[in-house]
Amino acid sequence: MASSEEDGAVEEKENNNKKKTKSALATAWLTFYNIAMTAGWLVLAIAMMRFYVQKGTHKGLYRSIARTLKFFQTFALVEVGHCAIGIVRTSVIVTGVQVCSRIFMVWFITNSIRQIQNEESVILFLVVWTMTEITRYSYYTFKLLHHLPYFIKWARYNLFIIMYPLGVVGELLTIYAALPFVRRSGMYSMRLPNKYNVSFDYYYCLIIVMLSYIPLFPQLYFHMLRQRRKVLHGEVIVEKDD
Amino acid sequence: MDALALEATSGKKLANGAAMVPPLPAQGPVKRKPAKKAKKAVVFFEVEILDAKTKDKLCFLDKVEPNATIGEIKSMFHKSHPQWYPARQSIRLDPKGKSLKDEDVLQHLPVGTTATFYFRDLGAQISWVTVFLTEYTGPLVIYLMFYFRVPFIYAPKYDFTTSKHWVVHLACMCHSFHYVKRLLETLFVHRFSHGTMPLRNIFKNCTYYWGFAAWMAYYINHPLYTPPIYGEQQIRLALIIFLFCQIGNFSIHIALRNLRPPGSKTRKIPYPTKNPFTWIFLLVSCPNYTYELGSWLGFTVMTQCLPVAFFTLVGFIQMTVWAKGKHRSYLKEFRDYPPLRSPILPFIL
Repeated sequence: MASSEEDGAVEEKENNNKKKTKSALATAWLTFYNIAMTAGWLVLAIAMMRFYVQKGTHKGLYRSIARTLKFFQTFALVEVGHCAIGIVRTSVIVTGVQVCSRIFMVWFITNSIRQIQNEESVILFLVVWTMTEITRYSYYTFKLLHHLPYFIKWARYNLFIIMYPLGVVGELLTIYAALPFVRRSGMYSMRLPNKYNVSFDYYYCLIIVMLSYIPLFPQLYFHMLRQRRKVLHGEVIVEKDD
Repeated sequence: MDALALEATSGKKLANGAAMVPPLPAQGPVKRKPAKKAKKAVVFFEVEILDAKTKDKLCFLDKVEPNATIGEIKSMFHKSHPQWYPARQSIRLDPKGKSLKDEDVLQHLPVGTTATFYFRDLGAQISWVTVFLTEYTGPLVIYLMFYFRVPFIYAPKYDFTTSKHWVVHLACMCHSFHYVKRLLETLFVHRFSHGTMPLRNIFKNCTYYWGFAAWMAYYINHPLYTPPIYGEQQIRLALIIFLFCQIGNFSIHIALRNLRPPGSKTRKIPYPTKNPFTWIFLLVSCPNYTYELGSWLGFTVMTQCLPVAFFTLVGFIQMTVWAKGKHRSYLKEFRDYPPLRSPILPFIL
């Protein structure tokens, strides 16, 4: 009996060791990831500022940073994976919606509809995204290193109050500007008759996307506001139960 | 608002109130010998019900029979709080614990003679039957509207015309048959474990069923519809698959119904019967979902319509989630559950 007890204890220790190495590995990866993303968005911010200072105009700015933007924004998809496997304790759906809306803007609007790349609204949301992401990723980095300066925490949970709405305005104006070009070119669209018996109109899809901001944006905004109250003021929020 | 059709649960003796006289020995035909002895001392319970979130005392019941069920306690609680009918009460031992079942008996629960329960409001409830009837009638009616090309859907010159492709007529018959079958099964075959579900589910479910039905029907009945590439062969094969799976699905529903006596909520392991369509129970826990997937695959091949394929895929994902849950609870409940079975797809999933 004694030996089986010992075996049981050894197995438990082995399991504990496995768990510890897993979480050490997770922490190491997350730290590396957040440092890399902070650096990436800093590079973007600096490149944008340099372009504007040197050229004095925003025309052509998007083209100059397009590749870096696409790389770092697309890489953010792994964050959905982080939530899914549980090393980050956020809802998969919230993260998924956030990342997907970014991917959509970058790949399906600004990347594919060249005529709107010099719009002011593009600069607006790029600036907002850059500021938000630098704050967010440095917040996570410092948190993982257990060395969080208050001003980073303050920035993360306060800047969004104006950044979020400004970003939404920039994105919506960009999509709106893109509409006539989409309609004229008929891009990403499929008409009947065809052998799949389906049709798709990218123009109307974009209109639906714009309308979907109405229910989705307030939910994300109020989610952040609730997080803010919890983190900054230690308020106990009684969540509405499902 | 109430569209409730609560199933009568067994044992609702105390439907009219809390205080009950202790059971006296039988006064009619004397079956019990010790009738002459002193009355058996019955220890009454006291029940207090607290709000699970605020811990406020909501209700206090004294002189509750030890063999009272949770269902009876819910009725008593309903008396003092008429807005919370029993179907929307979740009574639990622990504020964050699992809901107690209506059949649970007070004295068999780990409570002292003063029992403390926690209450959670489940929100407005609606009966399963109502939800099923509503969510299945929609697709039936909506598809027919597209089939008959009711005005304002397609260009005016097509109003009230019919498609020239015979597969479109066949598809309409299959689709309508499928939903009529579902409606009849809801009324006459299924035996539901739960009486009700949250009210918001009806909006969610109807959006799903009605929305997809409209989307599919629009393309299948469109004047510019393209019939399947491989023509008659493809349609015939698809029809055979569809009918086979419809019969299979129905056979499983009947087999499951026969597992459970009327009005009961017993759970047993389903086994193959004499009907060959049920032999799939050897390999699968939830063959009703397997056959349902098969039916919609048949319909997809028959119509060669991408929205139908999409609908089949989404349905498959949802049914797999349900099948896995059901399979897991079978394994938990029955020690001797056949190990060869998979949740939904033999050997695969």
